Amino acid sequence: MTELKLMKGNEALAEAAIQAGCDAYFGYPITPQSEVLEYLAREMPKYNRVVIQAESEVASINMVYGAAGAGFRAMTSSSSPGISLMQEGISYLAGAELPCLIVNVNRAGPGLGTIQPGQGDYFQSVKGGGHGDYKMIVLAPASVQEMADFVYLGFDLAEKYRNPVLILSDGAIGQMMEKVQFKDYTPPLVDKSWATTGKPKNRERNFITSLFIQPEAMEQHNFKLEAKFKIIRENEVRFEEYQTADADYLFVAYGLSARICQKSMDIAREKGIKVGLFRPITVYPYPYQRLLELAGQVKMMMSVELNSGQMVEDVQLAVKGKIPVEFYGKMGGMMPTPEEILLHLEKLIYYDTN
Amino acid sequence: MIQTDEHILSGTSVDLNPSVGGEDEYEMVYHKPETMVDVCMHYCPGCAHSLVHKLIMEVVEDMDIQEKTIGIAPVGCSVFAYEYMNIDMQEAAHGRACAVATAVKRLMPEKYVFTYQGDGDLAAIGIGETLHAINRGENILIVFMNNAVYGMTSGQMAPTTLVGMKTTTSPEGRDLALYGAPIKVAELMAQLPGAFYVTRQSVNNANAVRRTKKALSNAFKYQQLHKGTCLVEIIGNCPSNWKMTPLEASKFIDEEMIKTFPLGDIKLPKLEAI
Amino acid sequence: MEVNDSAIATNSTKKVKGRVDIDIQRCKGCELCTVACKEQALSLSDTINIKGYRYIVANNNVCTGCVNCALVCPDAVITVYRTTAKKKKIDVTPLDIKGQLLAMNATIK
Repeated sequence: MTELKLMKGNEALAEAAIQAGCDAYFGYPITPQSEVLEYLAREMPKYNRVVIQAESEVASINMVYGAAGAGFRAMTSSSSPGISLMQEGISYLAGAELPCLIVNVNRAGPGLGTIQPGQGDYFQSVKGGGHGDYKMIVLAPASVQEMADFVYLGFDLAEKYRNPVLILSDGAIGQMMEKVQFKDYTPPLVDKSWATTGKPKNRERNFITSLFIQPEAMEQHNFKLEAKFKIIRENEVRFEEYQTADADYLFVAYGLSARICQKSMDIAREKGIKVGLFRPITVYPYPYQRLLELAGQVKMMMSVELNSGQMVEDVQLAVKGKIPVEFYGKMGGMMPTPEEILLHLEKLIYYDTN
Repeated sequence: MIQTDEHILSGTSVDLNPSVGGEDEYEMVYHKPETMVDVCMHYCPGCAHSLVHKLIMEVVEDMDIQEKTIGIAPVGCSVFAYEYMNIDMQEAAHGRACAVATAVKRLMPEKYVFTYQGDGDLAAIGIGETLHAINRGENILIVFMNNAVYGMTSGQMAPTTLVGMKTTTSPEGRDLALYGAPIKVAELMAQLPGAFYVTRQSVNNANAVRRTKKALSNAFKYQQLHKGTCLVEIIGNCPSNWKMTPLEASKFIDEEMIKTFPLGDIKLPKLEAI
Repeated sequence: MEVNDSAIATNSTKKVKGRVDIDIQRCKGCELCTVACKEQALSLSDTINIKGYRYIVANNNVCTGCVNCALVCPDAVITVYRTTAKKKKIDVTPLDIKGQLLAMNATIK
């Protein structure tokens, strides 16, 4: 373990990228994540790595495609409107089975929106975003330490499954400063014989494509992808629970809203309300199974998000109608206080019991 | 009455007057490059794409760089270029080949990287990526197939469609007032300092084919210098969407296309840049 | 791939003779080669190949092996042979880039 440092979330992510052996970073400035590009523009050349400020997010994601297709560790980052621009490229990356890391420092929208944090890109990240049947592994950090840790994890998962991985952060975690330690890390060896490095005499030519013009071939390719996503769902679910063992009610939240709910939970406990917090770390694959188990124990779950209600639908799917699933949301980049979240829960408990 | 003969089954050629006597020794002076995949290409009869694929693969064979060449295919009729060129290739999203090639070349500067793009891919949706790649002086070759029409999607107007030319989206002919004039990509990009060698050629007769091959060969060799982008614009035909026979299309290039798109070198490498 | 003649003159008085082989199953009958041929040695057949195209047939008696037809053929179906081809070593790895470019620039039109 290296020394303890105090760093901004975006910069911790950038430093972790260098330490994780990222060969190439392509990005475009957008608030609140331009620090990632700036940090890497300054540091990557020192390690002889490639960094390009591209002409747009569209160009960035297509540069990631080229780099990933040639077998290199490539990443890009942006914020909500820029991630929208990347959707075609992400679909191509998933269809061509290319490993890469994409970071969304979510800001409130829709449209140009504001630069304050939001969680309105949940659907875009886990339900599709780009066209066609594909999924990305989506990691949701809730601290600066996780911003760093998920870069190593993200690259490893991307290469293990030959699939894009998304780190779904937000403007607050990107901008806040906290302590962080970078671990000693060596990238695992992965077979990259499929990459376009130039055709030697002893193998057939490699081509990277997501085009399968014959419907039979397209169907087979989709079967292959679906089989991969099934393995991901069975093996890569990650979550954290806080005081759920004796909980009567459960907050379900990820990222920034989970941090606020943690404080809400502490206040509730002081008041004698037995509230627990369930924090998905992977929002794809979503921890449906564990939530179903908890539905047998708690009386009600409340999803807390910085949007109009997106992850709440996955919570409803998880509990299969066994218990009520409620929602508290805040939009426009406004931050809920722990007190107002708890107040909403208390109202729901009151109406439920009276 | 159309009939087929037995020799067709064997696939050999038909000699109308086989030469008498065997005292002449013949040596092979031209064959299909071995860097092409031995398969029938899907392109229409007379299409310039298959011809230029052949020329590029000839250069790769001549220079013996099959192991070091990576091509980026576009979206368009030549989306299947990777079925015909026996080199590592990547299929890029529509218009983005120059961005993809940028990354490949930056990460593997010792390799030969080229994009192969049509009018829509390079000059419409991809004009931003094309311009910025050339402006950055990426050390790649951009092969621009200009046939003034969108082929694969069945004949819509392209940024390079001639004024007055009828296409499915300009049924009365391209209207200058509504759509502007055709874009002269070679002249436009040659202004950028990052462009090292820019030329416009055609392939509608044997000498033009020789010149185009020379241009491509030079462009590949210039990649070793790392002095900027090479852009080879090639005026090609699209007999199907021009609604002409291949021979008529060749004439159309000489009589009409070259008036708007003059052939020749637009920017030669400066010797002091070497 | 074209093998160019070198500058060495031959003192033979034999006329250059050529021969072409055409892969008639791959020929699409586009006729571009028929106008490229200076000797008018190429014409369309009366019959069709497997794909339904009329294909090119050659009169090898008048062929001079000039390679024009093979150059313009989009589908690379023509192989050309010639009697007095003089082989030139193909330059694969240019060692003197500057010298090469000076020579190249002199020949670019």
